[in-house]
Amino acid sequence: MQKRLVLNQQQIQIILKRFCHQLIENHDNFENTVLLGLQPRGIILLDRIVEELENISGKKVPAGYLDATFHRDDFRRRDFPLKANETKIDFLVEGKKVILVDDVLYKGRSVRAAMDAMIAFGRPQKVELMVLVDRKLTRDYPIMPDYFGIRVNTIDTQYVVVEWASQGQPEDAVWITEKEQK
Amino acid sequence: MSQLSSRHLLGIKDLTPADIQLILETAENFKEVINRPIKKVPSLRDITIANIFFENSTRTRLSFELAEKRLSADVVNFSSSNSSVKKGETLVDTVNNILSMKVDMVVMRHSSPGAPHFLARNVKANIVNAGDGTHEHPTQALLDAFSMREKLGDLQGKKIAIIGDILHSRVALSNIFCLQKLGAEVMVCGPITLLPKHIQSLGVKVELDVRKALAWCDVANVLRIQLERQQIKYFPSLREYSLYYGVNKKMLEELDREIVVMHPGPINRGVELASDVADSDHAIILQQVENGVAVRMAVLYLLAAVKA
Repeated sequence: MQKRLVLNQQQIQIILKRFCHQLIENHDNFENTVLLGLQPRGIILLDRIVEELENISGKKVPAGYLDATFHRDDFRRRDFPLKANETKIDFLVEGKKVILVDDVLYKGRSVRAAMDAMIAFGRPQKVELMVLVDRKLTRDYPIMPDYFGIRVNTIDTQYVVVEWASQGQPEDAVWITEKEQK
Repeated sequence: MSQLSSRHLLGIKDLTPADIQLILETAENFKEVINRPIKKVPSLRDITIANIFFENSTRTRLSFELAEKRLSADVVNFSSSNSSVKKGETLVDTVNNILSMKVDMVVMRHSSPGAPHFLARNVKANIVNAGDGTHEHPTQALLDAFSMREKLGDLQGKKIAIIGDILHSRVALSNIFCLQKLGAEVMVCGPITLLPKHIQSLGVKVELDVRKALAWCDVANVLRIQLERQQIKYFPSLREYSLYYGVNKKMLEELDREIVVMHPGPINRGVELASDVADSDHAIILQQVENGVAVRMAVLYLLAAVKA
């Protein structure tokens, strides 16, 4: 199986730092800003960003985990249903600037579902999207990231795999692989 | 696994331990949902559910209806007291007529044990048993298990005493199956006339002395005396039952540790449970009711997800 490394640990670290500085630039002191990581994999990126932001600015930014399983548009259309994950948001987003954080932006359907799920916590003033990898050619919905780590040209027969050292992988890395032929 | 092994919920007996785990874990997600400012998710917006109740119900029926509405399903309600059943229509005819109005799921309560199983064999919709006579009441057992887990953590090795009218109780049977599948030890306790013969063959302990049962258990699930199902006298009087089997505050205070007291409702205050217990911190009766909505949402959601 073909496997191509697109981001290594060092590059990911640089991107995380860049994300933090972009956020600080756009959101000043984060008084009215909250971060929401999308379950299941966006929360790992979110945790890293929150940690990095705290290192840089000395501030703890309000953050939560958002699960959009019950808002997905493919319920009863998939072969196997997705298992729901924990939603952990101990604040309201009413009037807040919300930054949705996910690892890979693929078809845009998860983000659409996530925005739907988010509305249950209030009407945000503004919503931005931050992703590590933007698969720019495969979108089903008109959704674009405000912040992206890397933009890759991939097709539907490929996977983008994000590995995190904190999840037991050898190191942080982003790979593009081919789906196995059936 | 993220899918149930069956497209109906007829009884706990048919569920695998993995099914029960999946329902309880999904219910945790729904409990978070129903505590949001907006308590509704769109999952079942293309599903229509008929609630068919041939027997009286307050909690279960409201709880199912709320669960359905919070999942955005369309809901129709039916109760036998003001329907054509009184004119002699059969069960299958009644349900098929309802289904021909494009209903996808049926939640049914019926006084005959096995009625939902019969329906599952004869109609196309997903069937959820909301209580069939003295047989099973699966969603009650699931919400009881959910409430116990919330209070005590994993139920493996925990001791649960079911106290009261075991003979006429569908809650007792479903509780026994459910708790055993989750690894708990179960005891039944009540006057000998209200314990089914051969109940030991289900692998439960049997105790006639309620004080001993309370001293043994981590959780006491106290059941109602179902006078409406008792054709003959099983004990001399309610007063005498209450004297020997009613759980009161003094009995709990005599124990060397705190136990959890549950009751599936409706309570006959002063008969099986004294008011000072029902309203105390020991009791999680109202939490059970809250959890009922989350558990029923999980059941409906997971059944809808099963491919036919």
